[in-house]
Amino acid sequence: MSRTKKHVLAMLAAAPLLLASGHGFAATGQEASKPVKPETESRGEILSLSCAGCHGTDGKSASIIPSIYGKSPDYIETALIDFKNGSRQSTVMDRHAKGYSDDEIHLIAEYFGNLSKKNH
Amino acid sequence: MSISRRDFNKLLLAGTAGSAFGLFGISNTAFAARKRVVVIGGGFGGAATAKYLKKLDPTLSVTLIEPKAAFVTCPFSNWVLGGLKTMKDITHTYTALRNQYGVNVIADRAVAIDPVKNSVKLSSGKVIGYDRLVVSPGIDFKYDEIAGYSKKIADSSMPHAWQAGPQTVLLHKQLQAMKNGGTVVLCPPGNPFRCPPGPYERASLIAYYLKRHKPKSKIVILDAKEKFSKQGLFTKGWERLYPGMIEWRSSTGGGKVVGVDAKTMTVETELGAVKGEVINLIPSQKAGKIAFEAGLANEKGWCPIDPASFESTMHKGIHVIGDSCIAGAMPKSGFAASSQGKVTAAAIVNLLRGQEPISPSLVNTCYSLVGPNYGVSVAGVYRLSEAGIVEIPGSGGLTPVDATDDQLEQEALFADGWYTNICKDIWG
Repeated sequence: MSRTKKHVLAMLAAAPLLLASGHGFAATGQEASKPVKPETESRGEILSLSCAGCHGTDGKSASIIPSIYGKSPDYIETALIDFKNGSRQSTVMDRHAKGYSDDEIHLIAEYFGNLSKKNH
Repeated sequence: MSISRRDFNKLLLAGTAGSAFGLFGISNTAFAARKRVVVIGGGFGGAATAKYLKKLDPTLSVTLIEPKAAFVTCPFSNWVLGGLKTMKDITHTYTALRNQYGVNVIADRAVAIDPVKNSVKLSSGKVIGYDRLVVSPGIDFKYDEIAGYSKKIADSSMPHAWQAGPQTVLLHKQLQAMKNGGTVVLCPPGNPFRCPPGPYERASLIAYYLKRHKPKSKIVILDAKEKFSKQGLFTKGWERLYPGMIEWRSSTGGGKVVGVDAKTMTVETELGAVKGEVINLIPSQKAGKIAFEAGLANEKGWCPIDPASFESTMHKGIHVIGDSCIAGAMPKSGFAASSQGKVTAAAIVNLLRGQEPISPSLVNTCYSLVGPNYGVSVAGVYRLSEAGIVEIPGSGGLTPVDATDDQLEQEALFADGWYTNICKDIWG
């Protein structure tokens, strides 16, 4: 074990004591901590939050509106591009799809398309 | 053993870089006290924020303060007036937020905010501390702009029914008690106000009820504005479904309301008096009460925010979302509030980790029903620009005026589907 790693281990062991004595970083407010789910801040997920308002949480619809959850990235991307360029008939999706760049559509498709594999 | 804070932070960085905490079997929360986020208001904005905070970072302590045991939505309250839904259909509890998402729901009213000590005081006297606060109090009303009008009159004889609940029930009962041949007077407010197409959907669904049960009756809309949301679509729908039943007067065409007399059920306009068996006056609006008491609102009565995170520009550490905030091009709608709530939840998760918020993507869809099989909508996709929150050029917009009957029926079906899904997304 390297000297640095030993040092880290020693400090980790001491950390609870620090908290107990009130000198831990928790008391200081905003310092960075280790992200529990670092993938949650992805651009794809931020964009996808908008979809849930009609298609349901995680794209799981409980109504006549189609689910996005469980569909493949290719299917979602093709559908959104077709809505955007008007080659697929819709009620509101054409108006929504025009608000996203092709890159953003790709990110949304990747996010939803891989969601079912993440055991959400 | 002593250790400096600088060393401690170095240690944290080392742990992050090598995912060392996981290896050592010590969770993040063993080191940091749980970060506390408090949300005031359990409507579309506040409840969405609370749920998505827990969904994005389950280690957060999230407290939702809402005095009502269940929330009655303004969206679809017009469907209740038309006889298409019941009050039960539009009432949502906090059971799922509490049990499935671990949100600490407190049934009490927030009466004061201390932005220096970072705490919220409840009417019970209890004080709750926060690392970040979200204020989503909806709207309050300017009762003093119209002579003879008051909250008491709104509660008893001229309901606005613009916060769904007892006044929705009162307005519904008044419509049911009205004689065939009576006049319903509907007075929409000036901009900005909650749900721009709402008053006109209300006129539509009251007309739907009257046409079936009291066909000699009429509706007079006395508007504080010169034009209104989805005007072409509504006007066309009214001509098709309820010919001769709905009369709309613009502000300068005799629509501007200057006073009311509750005893004689009369509305005074600049061009004369109008009597109604039912008077649904929707007054001008401002941010919810707590926003004023906490110094979050400006002189115009709404709350300025940093559009990247919805953090108040008046007080750091406090985010204001929904109808109370000034959100650039976004309308004041339940959908917009929920979109803002999700963006704010993501921003808070980042900020509490010392990271910059990711640039927001915001959205709105407002469905309106002209009749049970006749739906119209307005959609918008929004981004941050140097000018604040703007609509993406070329996106969004209205149902086409030449939409086919099939399309209009499809929109009505999707309106119902939208309501099911958004309510489940927020309270379910």
